[in-house]
Amino acid sequence: MDHDLQGAPDLLAAKSIRKAFLGVTVLEDVDFTLRAGEIHALLGENGAGKSTLVKILTGAYRRDGGTIRLNGAEVSPRDVGEAQALGIGTVYQEVNLLENLSVAENLYLGRQPRHWGMVRVRRMEAEARALLSRYGLTLDVGEALSAHSVAVRQIIAIARAVDLSGRVLFLDEPTASLDAREVEAIFAILRQLRDRGLGIVIITHFLDQVYQVADRVTVLRNGRLVGSRDIASLPRRDLVGMMLGRELADEVDHRTAPPPDDAPAPIRFRDYAKAGKVHPFDLDLRAGEVVGIAGLLGSGRSETAFLLFGIDRPDQGTAEIDGTPVTLHSPERAIRHGFGFCPEERKTDGIIADLSVRENIILALQARRGWARPLSGTEAAQIAERYIRALDIRPADPDRPIKFLSGGNQQKAILARWLATDPRLLILDEPTRGIDIGAHAEIIRLIEDLCARGMALVVISSELEELASYASRVVILSDHRHVRELRGHEVTVSGMMNAMAVEGAA
Amino acid sequence: MTALPMIRTRTLPFVATVAIFLAAYALCVAQFPNMLSTRVLGNLLTDNAFLGIAAVGMTFVILSGGIDLSVGAVIAFTSVFVAVTVRAGVHPALAFVLALALATAFGAAMGLMIDLLAMPPFVVTLAGMFLARGAAFLITTDSVPISHPFLDTLGDLFVRLPGKGRLTFIAMVMLAVFACGALLAHRTRFGANVMALGGNRASAALMGVPLRGTTIRIYALSGALAGLAGIVYTLYTSAGYSLATVGMELDAIAAVVIGGTLLTGGSGLVLGTLFGVLIQGLIQTYIVFDGTLSSWWTKIVVGVLLFAFIVMQRLILILPRGRLKG
Ligand SMILES: Nc1ncnc2c1ncn2[C@@H]1O[C@H](COP(=O)(O)OP(=O)(O)OP(=O)(O)O)[C@@H](O)[C@H]1O
Ligand SMILES: [Mg+2]
Repeated sequence: MDHDLQGAPDLLAAKSIRKAFLGVTVLEDVDFTLRAGEIHALLGENGAGKSTLVKILTGAYRRDGGTIRLNGAEVSPRDVGEAQALGIGTVYQEVNLLENLSVAENLYLGRQPRHWGMVRVRRMEAEARALLSRYGLTLDVGEALSAHSVAVRQIIAIARAVDLSGRVLFLDEPTASLDAREVEAIFAILRQLRDRGLGIVIITHFLDQVYQVADRVTVLRNGRLVGSRDIASLPRRDLVGMMLGRELADEVDHRTAPPPDDAPAPIRFRDYAKAGKVHPFDLDLRAGEVVGIAGLLGSGRSETAFLLFGIDRPDQGTAEIDGTPVTLHSPERAIRHGFGFCPEERKTDGIIADLSVRENIILALQARRGWARPLSGTEAAQIAERYIRALDIRPADPDRPIKFLSGGNQQKAILARWLATDPRLLILDEPTRGIDIGAHAEIIRLIEDLCARGMALVVISSELEELASYASRVVILSDHRHVRELRGHEVTVSGMMNAMAVEGAA
Repeated sequence: MTALPMIRTRTLPFVATVAIFLAAYALCVAQFPNMLSTRVLGNLLTDNAFLGIAAVGMTFVILSGGIDLSVGAVIAFTSVFVAVTVRAGVHPALAFVLALALATAFGAAMGLMIDLLAMPPFVVTLAGMFLARGAAFLITTDSVPISHPFLDTLGDLFVRLPGKGRLTFIAMVMLAVFACGALLAHRTRFGANVMALGGNRASAALMGVPLRGTTIRIYALSGALAGLAGIVYTLYTSAGYSLATVGMELDAIAAVVIGGTLLTGGSGLVLGTLFGVLIQGLIQTYIVFDGTLSSWWTKIVVGVLLFAFIVMQRLILILPRGRLKG
């Protein structure tokens, strides 16, 4: 316990929480206190035990030891339903909604308004509409959730948890798929809830967000409590030090000199477009160059990637590789031409939960070789080993089923899957989402490394600082249009923000 | 019922089932005009009452992403149990209540096992199938005919339909079970929980759906309805026989899938199952009218339909998603 100067009452107090999976200790004597009326950030590296702690406090996992008190009374929720009944609402890291149910059913599952035991569907849908309108969403709440984008689902999950939480709200990386505007809207709601006396716990890897909303932080490292501090008196350097257990080397601008503009571009897209998705654009990609793609959510960033990788078929324009025209009408073809694509939705779509980390990593490479020519056991082991080391995937056990890894480590494995194919063009959609700041630096270093080895990279990111640090050119998107291309010294955070603002307003 | 909270792509299989039934019926009538009568329709309902009742339970099980292989055996057990107890002098009404209680408890126990041991429903209900069938054999291996004034009263109960048709008591029971089943599945919290389980068990747990309670209730319901189907079967045949309804669970599964319920769970309509049952019954009726065809043709047509429906479900699943492969 650090300090309790304000004397605010402890809303939720967990003492000496312990948890082991299959004999491996994941949490060791962790204390955690949440006060009423505070936003509390729970921080730590990938695999530190944050999600596990949240799952224990909200009844999703059983603890091996320790006590939990809510308003002073000992509680022990045995499942999520019991925690909800105690006024604890949660958004788990894996988006926990049901695609086969309607939006309204998702929002009110287990607490639907009833009359004589029958669910009042109209009333439920009206309430769902009213609830979502507070988040700026107007949509057909009777439609299946599967019809909606990841970002919308995330807002729905948050709305549901907020609506459920009478006393405590847990949010495990709730903003991973949201853009700045939506994040701000969610934060405004969180501040209101805090002022009404709710205790809110938020897990995130965006330190800016921590300083934006949190009142206190608790840091975990390797399953142990490092400490709890008031954010106001905690410089960023110290916070990072608490998380990593070491100083983070100062970021230097590693950007390699971009190839000159008149250098030949082996991969060229001309007048490429798909109606309703992306307006016609030209794009030249050179070996050893990182091209960034920036724009607000819904500006057509991912759609551009889908088009480049052949997931969507273009309805006009040409693609050319080494001077020969090619048709990229399916991902299979794109892969055959040496393209790779690491999609944004890897959290839900990317991993194959029951396969081991090694099998998940070699999957794309094996697919490209064809199943008739399997990788030998030693080859597979070597490749897995190399990427586990390069990306610092923890635990470094290639045989462990990937579902037992923390969310951030799963994402690293998916990234490894595409790196292992050694593509000539790699398209990365939000490569550092959900990845901790230590590994963040690793991934950026890796991107630069790949670039130096002559790979062409297209990186979509909403983290402009990140783009500024490695991209030699940045294409700005707005309203499904490639509106500007910044190059060289123009590639700065403010430069990109200005371009997005100007074009967005135009 | 008012508009269901369902989505167009999800009601598509149901619409397809109803369309197939109507088209098939129209074809039958074109060949045998006599088939257009309330008598044929009434018989269709009566002859398939026990299958329909069991199929409602199976719909819940499949909607939750499970399977219940014990249904046919439970029907046989119940029919033998009722026949033997009634012959021993117990009033049929009491025998019915006892049989239902047994079947429900049996289903609940299987549900508990499935959740407690985290075993696939396939394995647990396979064991249940052997148990129930074995228990039926243990009581007797003979066909046990029964008669009782109470049973006769029930047998004589019917509503006269316009034309020569009759809506018998057991047909009414089946229709009532379908109506209640539809309300339970699509209008209650329990029904929503069943769909949630079928959609994704892990997500359902994280959303606060009580997995154990819901699983137990689902299999208890399936057991209870199999028991009721057994009672109806006894009324229908006026006998109990431990070798009866072998493999009937497969007909029930076929009815559910042809009725448009996703075999992997999470989507479907109870009313669709009624049409799945009626389509199977219609084929049989056609074969009777034709008189020359082997009754095994029923199986072949059902096989073809099943295959077509499974292909259609794949397509419905693939079409809207398909994008994020690669
Ligand atoms: N179900 C499980 N079985 C076995 N091990 C698990 C399981 N869940 C988590 N772990 C292990 O527990 C450790 C902590 O995982 P946890 O998910 O709590 O990390 P985290 O702090 O949330 O990380 P991230 O930032 O990547 O989400 C990891 O080493 C992980 O491999
Ligand atoms: Mg986590």
